Amino acid sequence: MSIPFLLEIGTEEIPDWMIVPALNHLQDTLQAILDQQSLGGKVTSADATPRRLVLRAEGLLERQPDVEELVSGPPKSAGPNAAAGFAKKNAATLEQLIVQSTPKGEYYFLQKRTQGQASAAVLAGALPDLILKIPWPKTMYWNGKGSERFIRPIRWLVALLGDAVVPFEIAGVRSGNTTVGHRILGNPSILVTIADFDEQLRTNGVILSAEQRKRKIETEIAGLLDGKGLRIKPDPDLLHTLAYITEFPTPILGSFDRSYLDLPQEVLITVMRHHQKYLSVEDSSGKLAPHFIAVMNTNADPDGLVRHGNERVLRARFNDARFFWDQDQKKPLTARLEDLKAVTFQAKIGSYFEKTERVVALVKELGGDDDAQRAAQLAKCDLTTDMVKEFTDLQGIVGGLYARAQGEVEEVAQAIYDHYKPLSMEDAIPSTETGRLVSLADKWDTLTECFKVGMAPTGSRDPFGLRRAAQGVVRIVVEGKAKFDFPGAGDELREFMRDRIEYYFRDVRQFPYDEVRACMAVGWTDLIDLLSRLATVRGIRPTPDFEPLAASFKRIKNILRQANFEGGVAFRKDLLKEGPEVDLYEEIQRTKGNKLASRVASLRPKVDFFFDKVLVNAPEEDVRRNRLTLLHNLLTEFSEIADFSEIVTERQAS
Amino acid sequence: MTNPDSPLPTSHSPTFQETVFRLKKYWSDRGCIIQEPYDVEVGAGTMAPETFLRVLGPKPYNVAYVQPSRRPADGRYGENPNRLYKHQQLQVILKPSPADVIDQYLGSLAAIGIDLRKHDIKFEEDNWEAPTLGAWGIGWQVMLDGLEVTQFTYFQQCGGFDLDLVPAELTYGLERLAAFLQNVESVYDIEWTPGVKYSDVRFLDERQFSKYNFELADVAMLWQLFDLHEKECTRLLKEPEAVLPAYDQVLKCSHVFNLLDARGAISVTERVGVIGRVRRLALGVAKAWIEQTVPAAESLA
Repeated sequence: MSIPFLLEIGTEEIPDWMIVPALNHLQDTLQAILDQQSLGGKVTSADATPRRLVLRAEGLLERQPDVEELVSGPPKSAGPNAAAGFAKKNAATLEQLIVQSTPKGEYYFLQKRTQGQASAAVLAGALPDLILKIPWPKTMYWNGKGSERFIRPIRWLVALLGDAVVPFEIAGVRSGNTTVGHRILGNPSILVTIADFDEQLRTNGVILSAEQRKRKIETEIAGLLDGKGLRIKPDPDLLHTLAYITEFPTPILGSFDRSYLDLPQEVLITVMRHHQKYLSVEDSSGKLAPHFIAVMNTNADPDGLVRHGNERVLRARFNDARFFWDQDQKKPLTARLEDLKAVTFQAKIGSYFEKTERVVALVKELGGDDDAQRAAQLAKCDLTTDMVKEFTDLQGIVGGLYARAQGEVEEVAQAIYDHYKPLSMEDAIPSTETGRLVSLADKWDTLTECFKVGMAPTGSRDPFGLRRAAQGVVRIVVEGKAKFDFPGAGDELREFMRDRIEYYFRDVRQFPYDEVRACMAVGWTDLIDLLSRLATVRGIRPTPDFEPLAASFKRIKNILRQANFEGGVAFRKDLLKEGPEVDLYEEIQRTKGNKLASRVASLRPKVDFFFDKVLVNAPEEDVRRNRLTLLHNLLTEFSEIADFSEIVTERQAS
Repeated sequence: MTNPDSPLPTSHSPTFQETVFRLKKYWSDRGCIIQEPYDVEVGAGTMAPETFLRVLGPKPYNVAYVQPSRRPADGRYGENPNRLYKHQQLQVILKPSPADVIDQYLGSLAAIGIDLRKHDIKFEEDNWEAPTLGAWGIGWQVMLDGLEVTQFTYFQQCGGFDLDLVPAELTYGLERLAAFLQNVESVYDIEWTPGVKYSDVRFLDERQFSKYNFELADVAMLWQLFDLHEKECTRLLKEPEAVLPAYDQVLKCSHVFNLLDARGAISVTERVGVIGRVRRLALGVAKAWIEQTVPAAESLA
């Protein structure tokens, strides 16, 4: 018989960003339990709202299958007492034992049959652990010291195997077949079966599927904006959040006074998005419109009270922003430089004033012009503004907007505006060369200073975002084609940068790892050059002669290593023997300056032939050394591009 | 000034004091002691001993009180419609937190005239932490039509101690709530009682204390006071039965610190050190409170 299973963990509101990882964990772990316990069945869905995590599985067995096994006991020679002891230990009688001969002699055995447990009983034992071991970022207790911990209090549990409740208890809550509806729209106590669970929730104001909630939001927004020449600014992350802070989302369209559009749209959007979780609305030309979309956790706003309330809150927030803007203009950025002495960058490193001085010097050292130096000087001044104190996400952006308003040249303003970029892998690098230079210098200063005082990231701990800073450095240098050779980096930071560069080319740019290793092995501090070598190797990799030649290089490297040969011997043409040796030498000479692909093609047969016919370790010492020198020179010549011995050839891989 | 295009009738909205009465009655009906505000300056209802000390130890305690909360740096001379140097919180402590605590909370909103079927209520993650008190908890900001009206916290630690029973702390921002209920744009336009506005009662207070906090407070004297209160607290903590007076001295230190901060008299580097001094005192008081009261409570039980 094949039975369906359903588990619902009912809680108080779980933070939206933790829900999906928890669901994934639950799904995987339940499947592992089903497999390990031989219960049969597949987990078929995992859904959630802020108040419930729901798993379903299909095709469970009613009981675990019985297990037959042959248990070996003492040797027959050990006598009847030993046999009796063995039987007793396995809850069997002496008569049930059998004697079999083995290579070591005759032994007692027991054909043991273990009866499978009822699936309900196995699940009842396993589910509390499954639930309590979800790895949440931060947990709480609610029943007194030492009691169970979870992300928020567990208030109800539904656990059904077919029609029967799987009985267990967590923190005083017993599992059952009663769920809870939406706080306002639903019934607080609803009897459910596996078959009618979703439907019962739906009639009680809960849409269980996050995808359906997202679709409901999107469809209804389209309806709200239809025919108005408006659209929302796409924001998948916010849409995701909205779907996970609601059980029954319903969007409403609100408005604000046009006069607020005088404020920079970055500020308006930040207020709406970060503080109020509103989607921004724009007109068909992409200009911000005086409207917003709020998403309610209920089905309607019959009297317009919700819209009115949200508009009222937004007005107060915008007024604050306008107040901050006006206040901040009273003291221009240039006058705030001195104030940075009181703003700590990091306790062991010093203030933002000192950081600014270092970054300006670095910008200059990297060839930055007056604009770049000016931008570096003013870049951190917005940290003392009311606007940034209130909306910290807008650091840099506010500085850029203020610089523009205060008459700085556009190049300077834009560089300040962009200098925190890129904020993520998806984010663009600064749009101007000046911006890239300031951003690069700022990040590099953070990295060198933090490493100097021993604050390198460890494991998953990276409180200063140094990995992100390093990734920004790599991207700006490569994608912005900047000249940069990691000035002032100690060994630890160089090693750290090396890892980030390898990660970038391998995981972001999708170069095969062995090509990245091969190219980096011969040098990585000039990233532009590294990129062009990577492109070269990628170009010749599919040619038929490449991998065999790479294998030969590996062989050359081994021969040189075994001979302890490091070059330094003058090559003598007169010692070459006619045949493969001279052929190889002449081919090397002839193809000098040719494209790599054609060199690989023409050299490969000569190298093969050489190894076939020529004994490198010739008895005559001078001949031997000359051959080693020939190979060494060949290797060195190709090593300007990559260490080809790092290439994983097919023979090795298989 | 009420909002001109308002769809809300304001005539049925409760006055400021009526709102307070109803909330007190509501929680009184649910077994809370109704306390009066603590009479030493505090920055939040959490700091009153009815919360800070009573959440410690194994004894259940349910209490509600209005706590005027002073935050000198937030003063705006009575000129900002939403920011106040002193605002009033209604603080509810339910120790231990009952299983239906959220339903009880939603009931309190209904009691002050909010029909939740016509509004949008959400519980958004917001964990609370007060480093000076060695206290933190897990919870939410409760959003009503996009406005944060309550901070809801399950206390986990206070004075550096894991709590024996987990209290739920509900902190209602009364001015915000009243402005919302009465649909006014400025807290000063809240009707306190018929014919009397919030500004009639509190405007001078805001104006004069803003001036004092930002301009007149004598910095040298404040530093002296801080030292004196700190010394007194340390002395009292050595006495066998003076933990409540000692805690008053902690509150004094904390308020003086806030005044110095508003005066811009504390540099960034000093700040950490001064916060550390207040914290040490608060942790000392929490420890003494447990030592002095818990055996007694257990013998009563």
